[in-house]
Amino acid sequence: MLKLVNDIGEFGVEFLRGLGRAGLLLFHALVRKPNVRKSFPLLIEQLYAVGFLSLLIIIASALFIGMVVGLQGFNTLNKFGATAQLGQLVALSVVRELGPVVTALLFAGRAGSALTAEIGLMKTTEQLVSMEMMGVDPLWRVIAPRFWAGFIAMPLLAMIFSVIAIFGGYLVGVVWLGVDAGAFWNNMQVAIDFRTDILNGIIKSIIFGFVITWIAVFQGYDTVPTAPGISQATTRTVVYASLAVLGLDFVLTALMLVLA
Amino acid sequence: MLQTKRLETAVGFFLLFSIGALIILALKVGGLSVYSGTKGYWITAVFNNVGDLKVRAPVTIAGVRVGEVSGVHMDPKTFKAIVALHIEKAQTQLPADSSAHIYTQGLLGSNYISLTPGFDDQHFLQNGSRITNTHSALILEDLIGQLLFSLKSSDKNKSG
Repeated sequence: MLKLVNDIGEFGVEFLRGLGRAGLLLFHALVRKPNVRKSFPLLIEQLYAVGFLSLLIIIASALFIGMVVGLQGFNTLNKFGATAQLGQLVALSVVRELGPVVTALLFAGRAGSALTAEIGLMKTTEQLVSMEMMGVDPLWRVIAPRFWAGFIAMPLLAMIFSVIAIFGGYLVGVVWLGVDAGAFWNNMQVAIDFRTDILNGIIKSIIFGFVITWIAVFQGYDTVPTAPGISQATTRTVVYASLAVLGLDFVLTALMLVLA
Repeated sequence: MLQTKRLETAVGFFLLFSIGALIILALKVGGLSVYSGTKGYWITAVFNNVGDLKVRAPVTIAGVRVGEVSGVHMDPKTFKAIVALHIEKAQTQLPADSSAHIYTQGLLGSNYISLTPGFDDQHFLQNGSRITNTHSALILEDLIGQLLFSLKSSDKNKSG
């Protein structure tokens, strides 16, 4: 019994300590005198790795998810003879929920895990320490550009996801199943409000991007410097990031619905 | 050098691609029009009951969309609903005695406003004009209530 209480206490302390370390890491990596000329090439490099290389999986998943939503939506709406509302259904579900959330999950798996593994290996092979020895701050050289790149790339990927998914819904609904194209787009435009739907979706994806990259970068930096340590850190990144995204999504949706 | 050039090009493509996505989302999906809010003119219409009328519902003449509802408010003095209408083209000149109806698109569709042009060819509705000749939304519940009421009273008439 006492052991259980002891374990809970230990977990709590460990959790808070990790949170504190993660906060400190972020603070030290981001709060500094900006040096645009030197930081910018590093950021571009990371944007390429995190953003551009994620495009393929994002586009492919978006297309298929949009097509599936279109297909399912058509079959259900067909029962009510309301297939003209398909555009509204596809666009609302994609822009509000699927776009930010699925992109975030894919992003955590594709980019987050890569970030953690990379930084973790850098730590394990003592590259971070040697940088410090050379007078280069690893937080500035390694952590900050990766964090910013993830933070910037995530909302952009989510927007691309939304557009491609709606196009997928259009392909299935209009081109394949013969929903009227005018009704598809018009009902969508009437139903979707730029501020409450699209902008809120983008806000969600920005917050997801922040959380995912923060977790990924911290897990990498905090790795136990061994081979199993890296593997555990990578796993933790994906698990924590996915859980955080799904939990936050509920909270954010509730908040946005209350505020609207 | 070639390596970084290539990298920058790829990132540039990525950024352009996402800006394009945002523009498509705003214009094609969200229906945000570039001109809305600058062209055309605004008029108001007073209704007893607007039913389920929402902001951005279409305004039509003879079934053709000419504008949208830009606001629905309640007048605290008369307790009537004041609906602001945005007519998108300034060329659409409406006679001053035009009337406004609230209709429903299909049986389960959303509400929209239909304007019926009047016959006054001297005076036209201008920015800020008010349409008072209006017909409220059809509230299904009220109709059913009236139907039940008339059925009951006719029953009574028969028995009495």
